[in-house]
Amino acid sequence: MYSFEYHRPGSVAEAAQLLTGNEDAKLLAGGMTYIPTLKQRLAQPSAVIDLGGIAELKGIKEEAGGLTIGAMTTHGEVASSAAVRQAIPALAALASNIGDAQVRNRGTIGGSISNNDPAADYPAALVALGATVRTSKRELAAEDFFTGMFETALEEDEILTAVHLPKPEKAAYSKFANPASRYAIVGVFVARTAGGVRVAVTGAGPAVFRATEMEQALGGNFSAAALDNVTVAADALNSDIHASADYRAHLVKVMAKRAVEAAG
Amino acid sequence: MVEKGIGARVLRKEDQRFITGRGRYTDDINQHGQAHAVFLRSPHAHARIRGIDTGAAEAMPGVLAVLTGQDVKADGLGNLVCGWLVKSKDGSPMHMGPHPLLAQEKARYVGDRVAVIVAETLEQAHDAAEAVVVDYEELGPVVALERAHDAGSLVHDEIASNLAYDWELGDKAAVDAAFAKAAHVTRIDLVNNRLVPNAIEPRAAIGHYDPGMDHYTLHVTSQNPHVHRLVMSAFVGVAPEHKLRVVAPDVGGGFGSKIFIYGEECVVLWASRKVRGRPVKWTADRSEAFLSDAHGRDHVSHAELALDQDGGFLAMRVNTKANLGAYMSTFSSCIPTYLYGTLLAGQYKTPAIYCDVQAYYTNTAPVDAYRGAGRPEASFLIETLVDQAASEIGMDPAELRRKNFVPKTAFPYQTPVALTYDTGDYEATLDEALRLVDWKGFAARKAESERRGRLRGIGLSCYIEACGLAPSQVVGSLGAGVGLWESAKVRFSHTGKVQALTGTHSHGQGHETTFAQLVSEKLGIPYEDVEVIHGDTEKTPVGMGTYGSRSLAVGGEALAKACDKLVEKGRKIAAHLLEASEADIEFKDGNFTVAGTDRSKSMGEVVFTAYVPHNYPAGLEPGMEESAFFDPPNFTYPAGTYVCELEVDPTTGTTEILRFVAVDDFGNVINPMIVEGQVHGGLAQGIGQALLEGAVYDESGQLLTGSYMDYTMPRADDVPSFEVVTASGTASHANSLGVKGCGEAGAIGAPAAVINAITNAIGRRVEMPATPEKVWRALQNTQTPQAAE
Repeated sequence: MYSFEYHRPGSVAEAAQLLTGNEDAKLLAGGMTYIPTLKQRLAQPSAVIDLGGIAELKGIKEEAGGLTIGAMTTHGEVASSAAVRQAIPALAALASNIGDAQVRNRGTIGGSISNNDPAADYPAALVALGATVRTSKRELAAEDFFTGMFETALEEDEILTAVHLPKPEKAAYSKFANPASRYAIVGVFVARTAGGVRVAVTGAGPAVFRATEMEQALGGNFSAAALDNVTVAADALNSDIHASADYRAHLVKVMAKRAVEAAG
Repeated sequence: MVEKGIGARVLRKEDQRFITGRGRYTDDINQHGQAHAVFLRSPHAHARIRGIDTGAAEAMPGVLAVLTGQDVKADGLGNLVCGWLVKSKDGSPMHMGPHPLLAQEKARYVGDRVAVIVAETLEQAHDAAEAVVVDYEELGPVVALERAHDAGSLVHDEIASNLAYDWELGDKAAVDAAFAKAAHVTRIDLVNNRLVPNAIEPRAAIGHYDPGMDHYTLHVTSQNPHVHRLVMSAFVGVAPEHKLRVVAPDVGGGFGSKIFIYGEECVVLWASRKVRGRPVKWTADRSEAFLSDAHGRDHVSHAELALDQDGGFLAMRVNTKANLGAYMSTFSSCIPTYLYGTLLAGQYKTPAIYCDVQAYYTNTAPVDAYRGAGRPEASFLIETLVDQAASEIGMDPAELRRKNFVPKTAFPYQTPVALTYDTGDYEATLDEALRLVDWKGFAARKAESERRGRLRGIGLSCYIEACGLAPSQVVGSLGAGVGLWESAKVRFSHTGKVQALTGTHSHGQGHETTFAQLVSEKLGIPYEDVEVIHGDTEKTPVGMGTYGSRSLAVGGEALAKACDKLVEKGRKIAAHLLEASEADIEFKDGNFTVAGTDRSKSMGEVVFTAYVPHNYPAGLEPGMEESAFFDPPNFTYPAGTYVCELEVDPTTGTTEILRFVAVDDFGNVINPMIVEGQVHGGLAQGIGQALLEGAVYDESGQLLTGSYMDYTMPRADDVPSFEVVTASGTASHANSLGVKGCGEAGAIGAPAAVINAITNAIGRRVEMPATPEKVWRALQNTQTPQAAE
């Protein structure tokens, strides 16, 4: 690890101030990705701003017919929250399968989505549920937030504060895990809401994406069989030592069907 | 009878400290004035080192020394060695490329040691490592084993090709003749996947040169501290043997990878001298472990089995290409030869076998022994070949095996590939396994799975291994540079307590418990009164260490012999005290008794008399301390049958193991609980090889599976609850204890059982690791006939 300045602000405003004009400063949430990165000397920040002391970033609230989850809420808290289990059980189930117990007790929803790992689980949930991402500056749709592999719409001095997830009629997440990392080789989140059906895929491509053909098929008939004739193109999908693009394309359909069945 | 003697399920002594976090591993040790070492490693698979500029690094804060291969050379240190000379078919000795402590002229794999930086703190050493400037000229890498012979580039410029040796074993003419009259020939091409050992504790070393005493101490993660001392003094020349103490404290798993003498431990000891006696510590991080621990397996083979019209095996023919990596590691040459080819008879009475092996250098990490070492490769090959033969001739795979087993009346059995099996009863282990798994009920279970859309499969593996390494004269005649005996010392104190010192080393095997049980039983004293001491060359007698499931069969036997000597000495003392003839003294349950009387002396009384010899036999030395050496007359031959039953989800290709039955013949067993634990660990590694693990290098020689994000170690939820039977073995004749060894069996026998079960489920064989994608692809190919072009 290289040496850096360490800050632990008590408010979002203070954190934003520390970030402003300090272009090599980095925000630290749960640290489940960033601390290993630091330890391997793959990052050399001028300062690390630890968000762990900011109370306003934590917690789960029922709000406007959905849930608002603070950025520093851990996966373990999401998984075990009665409010989440009641309103969006698929989200609780998703959180309960992220990493291992240690990761779930440290890792946060805000850290995960800000990192936007192409194989992370939360981005699929946020996009499929039509979530709104709240920052220190604005609100934006989850779909506009995730801009590419490890890329988000966050500006350099902008801090993610919470996500708001509307309650779906039905939803489920089905994940085919990488046997080594247990990240998603393919993860498909299916949600039926008043506004229609949304299907979001993680793990398969360079970043989370919506499977619009599936959404159309399920819009008319929310059943696994409705996906029988949908084809998933392998062209834009990832290919690596764990899975070829062809296999990922196949898994997208299999996982989508399983998610639809699980959603009931 | 002692309470916790041979056969008792005694909880492990060592677990008290391991479970409560009080283990003391090399990295836990910190010495006064300790400095820290970081190794600068090559980022290239194959590169000429045109120059190394250490100036900037040396000027950095806290840096004590930056040393390179040129410094090693200037100090006249020798190279690392491979201790087993294998000869090619034409009688020529294997080609051994020089293996320097730090790279000289060329770097030969990603992770090769190029320089060492010693600094006051670890962070300073890391900082300075980034300031070392190495001028590399990249060369074409030799990566794929299949193309090593014509890669257009030489790993070692000193050797004419990348072929290290071309070895053979067996009667080629007899095999050819048998194939000519075969009713059926089964052919198979298979890969034995490359594995990364992944001990939980990474390698570590602390070197300390004491200028006052002119004495060296090395703490190191070693399975064989005496072998470390021997090689480092006799070949590397870093310290004279009588002035070098090697301590292997608690070691967190080895699996073979800590047998070897690596450059790092030699360098930290030498570096300590270079920095005027500051202790120098190095601990590998996990990334270094992936890159630089010696890997295992990595074979590509073609095999053929000739059968008569009734399914009798006539002959077997095997060609194997083995990857040695960039350098020959400590024992690497014997793994794909004498620990592989000699096991190709398996449990079968195949009369003629021929095997030839071409071993190649590549620009990858060195490959050497990994749990099983050669024997898993042999077992996997035989057992998949036999299963395929059964399928081709339409015979039940269990019955084909049974028909060809070496019958229990045929022992000792001389195989056509050099070994003589001592004892065994292969039908007994097969029958017990078939009974336990309900082999006959499989069809009904398969039908039930089918109704749920799952493909169920069952697979057998009847493995054998040669353990208890090894008769020194035999291995010497085959090229080994060392003897493979063991020694022990058993020492009573005045108060009747015992220290049992062994030259073997425990790094997960539970010797502190098992050996104490053994000594307790032999001497008739309480288990609690025995302390087992190992892992320090200045405390323990010389031993060749722990690998090849040898510790009990060889080292335990040495302990038993030392105990026998103590009993004999005790008999003399007791006879004197009881005023009886020595011939009339019986020793039983810790008491020396005059036969047919109630007159006796306890072991405690005899021991006290030996140390306070006021009334003592004339001419007898005082004290109760005996040593023994044991060189086994033969290997031991653990064998057994494993059955795996699993389901494949055809929509994803995912495999779920439902049951795994392991019936092993380990001969006599000292502690069944520890033996079962050893089997569990071995099975997890064998299943890991079959389904999950595989080291992958890309074309440029970069290790793609360099972390747990990409290399899949088996976890608890990847394996079923094992059904393990170790009772009722056939006692070995190679030692008085009748033990055979159990440490490697699981890893040896499991892969074929898993792969055969998958083949049984989906109708075709996939290479290891049988990942979901491979299984899914095989199913696509089975279900969808290729469109005509």
